[in-house]
Amino acid sequence: MHKRNTIDVGGWLGAWVVRHRWAVILLTLATVGFLASGLRHLRISNDTRVFFGEDNPEYKALKALEYVYSREQSVFFVVAPHDGNVFTRRTLTALAELTEAGWHVPSSTVVNSITNFQSTRAEGDDLIVEDLVPDPCGLSDLDLQRIRRTALAETALIDMLLSRTGHVTGVHIGFAAPEDHPPPTGEIARYVRNLAADFRTRYPDIDFHLTGSVMIDDAFAAASRRDLMTLSPIAFVVVTVLVGIGLRSFFGTFAAVLVTVLSIISALGLTGWIGMPLNAVSVGAPALMLTLAVADNIHILTTVFHYVRQGFSKHEAVAKSLQVNFKAVFLTNITTILGFMTINFSQSPPLQDLGNLVGIGVSIDLVNSVLLLPALIAVLPISTKLRRQQEPWVNLDRLADFVIRRRRLLLNSMLIVAAVCSLGILNIELDDNFLMYFDDSFEFRRATDFMIKNLRGWDVIEYSLSSGQSGGVMDPEYLATVDRFAEWYRQQPKVVHVATFVDTIKRLNKDMHGGDESYYRIPERRDLAAQYLLLYEMSLPAGRDLNSQIDIDKSASRFLVNFLSMKASELRRMDEAARQWLAANAPEPMRAPGTGLSLAWANITQRNIVAMLLGALCEVLTITVIMIFVLRSFKFVVIFLIPNLLPPFIAFGIWGIAKGQVGLALSVIVAMTLGIIVDDTIHFFVKYFRARTVDGLSPEQAVRHAFKTVGSAIGITTIVLIAGFLVMSVSHYRMNAEMGVMCAMVIGLAMVVDFFLSPTLLMKFDRPAGKLKDKV
Amino acid sequence: MARMLTVAMLAMIAAPGLFAGQTPEEKGLGIVKEADRRYSGYGDSTSNLRMILRNRQGQVSERELRIHTLEMPNDGDRSLSVFDSPADVKGTVLLTHTHKHQPDDQWLYLPALERVKRIAAQNKSGSFMGSEFSYEDIATQTIEKYSYKWLRDETCQEQECHVIERRPLDKQNSGYTRQIIWMDKEHLRTFQVEYYDRKDTLLKTLTFQDYRKYLDRFWRPHDMNMVNHQTGKSSQLLWSDYAFHSGLNLNDFNQHSLTRIR
Repeated sequence: MHKRNTIDVGGWLGAWVVRHRWAVILLTLATVGFLASGLRHLRISNDTRVFFGEDNPEYKALKALEYVYSREQSVFFVVAPHDGNVFTRRTLTALAELTEAGWHVPSSTVVNSITNFQSTRAEGDDLIVEDLVPDPCGLSDLDLQRIRRTALAETALIDMLLSRTGHVTGVHIGFAAPEDHPPPTGEIARYVRNLAADFRTRYPDIDFHLTGSVMIDDAFAAASRRDLMTLSPIAFVVVTVLVGIGLRSFFGTFAAVLVTVLSIISALGLTGWIGMPLNAVSVGAPALMLTLAVADNIHILTTVFHYVRQGFSKHEAVAKSLQVNFKAVFLTNITTILGFMTINFSQSPPLQDLGNLVGIGVSIDLVNSVLLLPALIAVLPISTKLRRQQEPWVNLDRLADFVIRRRRLLLNSMLIVAAVCSLGILNIELDDNFLMYFDDSFEFRRATDFMIKNLRGWDVIEYSLSSGQSGGVMDPEYLATVDRFAEWYRQQPKVVHVATFVDTIKRLNKDMHGGDESYYRIPERRDLAAQYLLLYEMSLPAGRDLNSQIDIDKSASRFLVNFLSMKASELRRMDEAARQWLAANAPEPMRAPGTGLSLAWANITQRNIVAMLLGALCEVLTITVIMIFVLRSFKFVVIFLIPNLLPPFIAFGIWGIAKGQVGLALSVIVAMTLGIIVDDTIHFFVKYFRARTVDGLSPEQAVRHAFKTVGSAIGITTIVLIAGFLVMSVSHYRMNAEMGVMCAMVIGLAMVVDFFLSPTLLMKFDRPAGKLKDKV
Repeated sequence: MARMLTVAMLAMIAAPGLFAGQTPEEKGLGIVKEADRRYSGYGDSTSNLRMILRNRQGQVSERELRIHTLEMPNDGDRSLSVFDSPADVKGTVLLTHTHKHQPDDQWLYLPALERVKRIAAQNKSGSFMGSEFSYEDIATQTIEKYSYKWLRDETCQEQECHVIERRPLDKQNSGYTRQIIWMDKEHLRTFQVEYYDRKDTLLKTLTFQDYRKYLDRFWRPHDMNMVNHQTGKSSQLLWSDYAFHSGLNLNDFNQHSLTRIR
């Protein structure tokens, strides 16, 4: 078949492998064994911040802020008594116990609740600073009323630790989290879950919900583990069944799946050796590798069986199969690897990890499929009495006829579809919210939803507002500006709470004037404010000091805004509006950008899409160069690109119409799928041009020939790929689910386009008069 | 407050034979009592203190204080801390009456308000002036407020040292479950203190350096560094200009004297 090949690498390799089959098997197994021993170094990351690269500007700003104050992880208990009133002896007792228990959670550094809130009051010349609820059991009804009144009037508590109506409250446990030795989030999560269970048993009339950054990190790791435990086995079963149906040979299926699984184990082992941890995104890689890698093996095996049926000996058939398939397998794998490696353009490390892991897996499988697989087939007892070839399920001749007859209609309708879909793309909104990546099956998501509904928001923007001078946070000018900024923020939509130490200063001023409400304002003099604060700080218990709110030089203070659920665009707009306010109303040093994980997420997709578009462009260029070598014609390279760029375009259009929101995961879809979908087009084009040149057929006849020879292979591999990617969509982690659905859609569309558009384009532009260069 | 900071400087000679047959608790208490005996007897003292705060970013901030201390025969020490910088709190004076068997009394004179305010908080385990020291760490640690236990002997800062554990008796208002103290056998000077938080994990370590001898018998450290292991922040105390027997008396350490100090 490949007589025209000057250097027949495949043929030579095929013969070589068959001759040295045992050596190949033993050497490969030894290599796999060595790589697999890296599996014990494989870790699962539970740090949700892995999504931000070191260069991400928003993340850098957040880290700078955390360096000045402190980086804190948190667990937040939402406490909801069934009777809807927090201020009962029973609930306050539970709260005091929970607060005390909070100090004993491993690594905890601070516990905040309404019971240990430091309430201040003046008695003569004494400044009394004490717990708001010192001894809950011994409270009289009058005390309860007083405490309720005080708490509900306290700006620092409302919508942060206490709901406006006093029906839900919270206990915040903070953990210092320096980068070099982060707190053991897994251990903490287990500990507080047991704690919550214990409190639920002792207080069945009170609900306890768990959220906070520690719980997200834990859910993130849980999502990874869950996906690793479910996706890979499901993919394994699905792919094995599909391959079994396709090949109808026990040992053939066994060999194909075994080789693929060994490739995956090698890739994961190699990852372990390199020391790259798995995360919630890259745990999808094994399922993807399985799907992608098994396709090659099918190609080679199908050909082996074809030749066996034609009467060749098994060893001859194996050698011939490599001869025929080597080039195509090599080429299609290179584009697939290229596609996944392109994800390195992404600015989000977990996505890069996914790309690299799949890239490595496919590379290893490429080697295995031309060495181990043929060697295995050569030694396995594959039945030579195969049934005659099955009729394809779809009559490809009639399909070809239809395409040839209706090509004008098909071309036009494809153009219309593309036009309609471009409208859908206009509907796309870039939105990323880390919370939304977890579905309701995660306890922490349900807890957080409850918190948002009843107590406070999820999204936060933080500022480090500088005064520009040492001790400047006591300056009345500075305090007044911060206060106006807080006022401005409180008037913005969806703002739940603004936390600033200005409120503490005002409260102190009032207390220093015998509790006179008219003194609830900023002191007129800087030294007054500083001395009040000094007095106050000397009265505080451990973990309650102001060091996490004011920097050590007292030159800057922390300013936190809590929002109800915000879309990424709303957060970006809010940040922009705040910047403008500061530019217009605050002195130069105070004009700080907002920061925080919410903002970092709000910007990540946009940044990533720009980077990934560049990546996809590079990928298209590389594929173009490769295809110029293969097709040796610019015109046909353009025709080749159209059916490969259209499917992602249409898929995003459909997504835009159906869902609208595009997040981080989808930003890599184009680059990722491009390398996969070009494979079918390559197969189709290669067969088409061989028919045109070698066999001298007309374009119509060549289309018919291409359908006949590769139509069913394209169909089968597409089904396997779609099935494999759909497996990802069962993930409870939305990033993976969306990625799976979208890839399946693109691959499905690619088949449609390959069957209906590629031939029409070829027939339209490949005029018989046109000179066709010799190729393939 | 000089004495306040030297909490752990209490030490004592432990001629090994002397403690034969003692329980670790008795031995610990014995060492600490001897250390206290050696530390005491100076009458009154004054010194200057520079406090250097550092955060993880390398940012540095300083405070300056003058400290006067008066020994009391049958009670805890009296001390006055006069704040010289930062400028906003210049002239602020903190008066402390430490007590052996009851919570300490504290008053703060606020020059901006021209008033003396009593600090009426029970729990003062929070940060002192934004530093990694809490009031508890720098207040005179009267022996009576802790229980002691000798743990072992080992080398510290190239000397033979006692290692003693102490636990606060007032658990409610302390930020710690226990502290571990290293003091040299020869002079019973404290060289290191480890602070364990309420769930008994290591929170901070304080190291003492540059001991100098005054009046031929009183050892005083001139460099104390506290590192917070959980936040990575640290605070350094640099002592200078120690003077003893300056003729301070009780009248200098009451609420009325606060307004007179400059």
